[in-house]
Amino acid sequence: MKTSLATVALVLSSGGALAQSVPEPVPANEIFTAEQIGRALSKPTPEAGKTVASERNAPPDDGQWTMPSKNYASTRYSSLNELTPANVKQLQPLLSFSLGVNKGQEAAPIVADNTMYVVTAYPNYVYALDLTQPGAPLKWKFAPRPVPASQGVACCDVVNRGGSVDKGKYIFNTLDGQTIALDVKTGKPLWRTRLGNINVGESITMAPVVADGKVYVGNSGGELGVRGWVAALDEDSGKLAWKAFNTGPDKEVLIGGGFKPYYASARGTDLGVKTWPPDAWKIGGGNMWGWMTYDAELHSLYHGTGNPGPWNADQRPGDNKWTAGIFARDPGNGTARWFYQFTPHDEHDYDGINEQILLDMPFGGSMRKVLVHLDRNGYVYVIDRTNGQVLSADPFGPVNSTKGVDLQTGRPILNPEKQTKLGETVHNICPTASGAKDWQPSSFSPQTGLIYIPHENICMDWMNEQVNYIAGTPYVGALVHMKPGPGGNRGAVTAWDPVQRKPVWSIKENFPVWSGTVVTGGDLVFYGTMDGWFKAANARTGEILWKYKVDSGIIGQPISYKGPDGHQYIAVLSGVGGWSGAIVSGPVDPRDGSAALGFVNTMSDLPKYTTAGGTLYVFALPH
Amino acid sequence: MSSRFLTSWMIAVAVASPLAGCGHGGHSGEAVAAAGPAGNEGVIDSALEPGLNHTAVTTDPRAAAYYDNAAAVTQGKRLFSQYNCSGCHSSGGGGMGPSLMDSEWIYGGRLEQIHQTLVEGRPNGMPSWGGKIPDKQLWEISAYVRSLSLPQTLAAQTGPTPSQTPAPVPRSADQDTGWAPPPGTTNDYGATLLGPHQ
Repeated sequence: MKTSLATVALVLSSGGALAQSVPEPVPANEIFTAEQIGRALSKPTPEAGKTVASERNAPPDDGQWTMPSKNYASTRYSSLNELTPANVKQLQPLLSFSLGVNKGQEAAPIVADNTMYVVTAYPNYVYALDLTQPGAPLKWKFAPRPVPASQGVACCDVVNRGGSVDKGKYIFNTLDGQTIALDVKTGKPLWRTRLGNINVGESITMAPVVADGKVYVGNSGGELGVRGWVAALDEDSGKLAWKAFNTGPDKEVLIGGGFKPYYASARGTDLGVKTWPPDAWKIGGGNMWGWMTYDAELHSLYHGTGNPGPWNADQRPGDNKWTAGIFARDPGNGTARWFYQFTPHDEHDYDGINEQILLDMPFGGSMRKVLVHLDRNGYVYVIDRTNGQVLSADPFGPVNSTKGVDLQTGRPILNPEKQTKLGETVHNICPTASGAKDWQPSSFSPQTGLIYIPHENICMDWMNEQVNYIAGTPYVGALVHMKPGPGGNRGAVTAWDPVQRKPVWSIKENFPVWSGTVVTGGDLVFYGTMDGWFKAANARTGEILWKYKVDSGIIGQPISYKGPDGHQYIAVLSGVGGWSGAIVSGPVDPRDGSAALGFVNTMSDLPKYTTAGGTLYVFALPH
Repeated sequence: MSSRFLTSWMIAVAVASPLAGCGHGGHSGEAVAAAGPAGNEGVIDSALEPGLNHTAVTTDPRAAAYYDNAAAVTQGKRLFSQYNCSGCHSSGGGGMGPSLMDSEWIYGGRLEQIHQTLVEGRPNGMPSWGGKIPDKQLWEISAYVRSLSLPQTLAAQTGPTPSQTPAPVPRSADQDTGWAPPPGTTNDYGATLLGPHQ
């Protein structure tokens, strides 16, 4: 494919400082079409049944929202239907609550027993608000006081993706590597477990998963040469039950006789050592900072693994197992059951840590137990979750870094023109490092059968640079400059039909959609934008029906819950930031396109649209 | 001048009193005042000095060799990348760490202050490099960092990656005398704290 250098111009901003302009979009003819690269083992067979989440993984809705994913199936579907396309225009803000932290707020508010719990970005305050009283007064606040230096090992703003309530405890992680269980009544810690070490670059930003008497946690640090792991803590005591590394020898990865990967490339001894240069696995990333998913039906734990480190792939020839893939583990003892690598020898920072939605779906003429994973590399993977076999892989965003997924071997078909090189810039690679979509979770409606994907439309230029490993400092080795994908809209919300393997509608947004989505029984999809709009769309048509401007851009996870009065409420955190919003929340300069790992190049205009903030908003119909 | 003297004296007393009250014996008002125009007691980061006589500028004699030194900034650029400074501060625009190409300095922007920050580290995430990187190299990195916000360096930017052609740091760049009204200040009443204005 022909590449063209995007025009880069320096312009004088109103403040008089040199500001970078947003580059020209990548031409549409430089990416592949879904017809060219989408693949499946079978033609769609919708007649074989209706796509649903099983009742074990998505029990009947009790109106609460006790975990960020709503349920183990991770549907983020609220069956409440007081709000409808007909009345949503009357939706209005009921209250707002300042979080006292003006950094990227990625967490989902949690609602249990008529109390709302919110955890903020660093310094990870936790607030409990009494929903039974007018104005939802504060019941308690807990300040865990993470060490301030932990901010220096957080790659992409000092975010926190939320906590969960279970058995009278609110359980969350802190940036400096602790998992803490608070008594929901008092806000006092019941236990406090340190798992991370900032001196090797470790931090924790993910939302722990609480299931089956355990708390599942993973570490961050893929940009600092941190060896990735997942751990299970006893829910009552916080004591370590097991810990599995995502690189290294089998005994540390918890690979044993029960490991049955579907594809041959994952079979062998100590591949977590052998697919790396000597000792490189010790500083090789593969972190778990996104979504772990517990499967109550199959008693399995699924978790992706992050990008290998450093980004400069020339320094780590090999498949770099077990990075940029997904494990199924026994949640009881952590032993691996299967593994699938989305991106062997990742060259573009395509972490595999995005959400997986557990569904029963018609495929090949029968109902299959699948997980749907929307990867950074741009593909919707439908995977048989009993064995790790990929049933279909289709692009949902701009892709030219690969030419599809070979469904016999499971491996992506590389596009040599977009492979990264040492000292040479490769232009117009799609998707960008943060992916066709990053951590921001999708939702699934059993009513429409559609998945509502909040995502990006961004590409990049990339040059590998030699980098030295120094513990506790970045280990990246790439000069990246991002740019808009075809069409110039940097974000979109797309309704995806996993059975027909195609989009039904898509809403274009100027900025990356870095918030989650929630879909409701009234067929509404809610999401927020980085320029500060909170929106409701018709889940069947994509028509925007309502929007409200909040104080700062939204990158959090909206929820829908039933209040003590029986009415439906919608809640979301504002507060722009995260990797994409560091240009606003961090002290980052728009004149440096390579700043914030290259994201600033395509986000230099965001400060004209929003300022840093951090507020909880709750919306309801007048009643 | 008399009003300036009065104010200095009043602040010295105000500072001294609570210290005495807290049982820090031996720190009389006179002692604080006498310590005022300190010489070489380390590099001072704050522009706030009790009293109105700004004496905040110290000069670390080791810094002198790195002014007007083109080799130092070139070497510093190389080291900035080798020691992964660029991992947090990018090409000067920041990311995990703050931007270094603007004129905002949390811990002081003079060459010696930057060196001090590299040696000591800073609480919100800046690692401490003293004893881990040879001091000469820390000074070279400091010279490069000081160069990033110089008008000459900024003017040399031709694309989306700044700081590729760092200008040497002129000695004049750091010859300020502590806090002063910024350029463009049209009315300055700050030095006159007492009495009605005419």
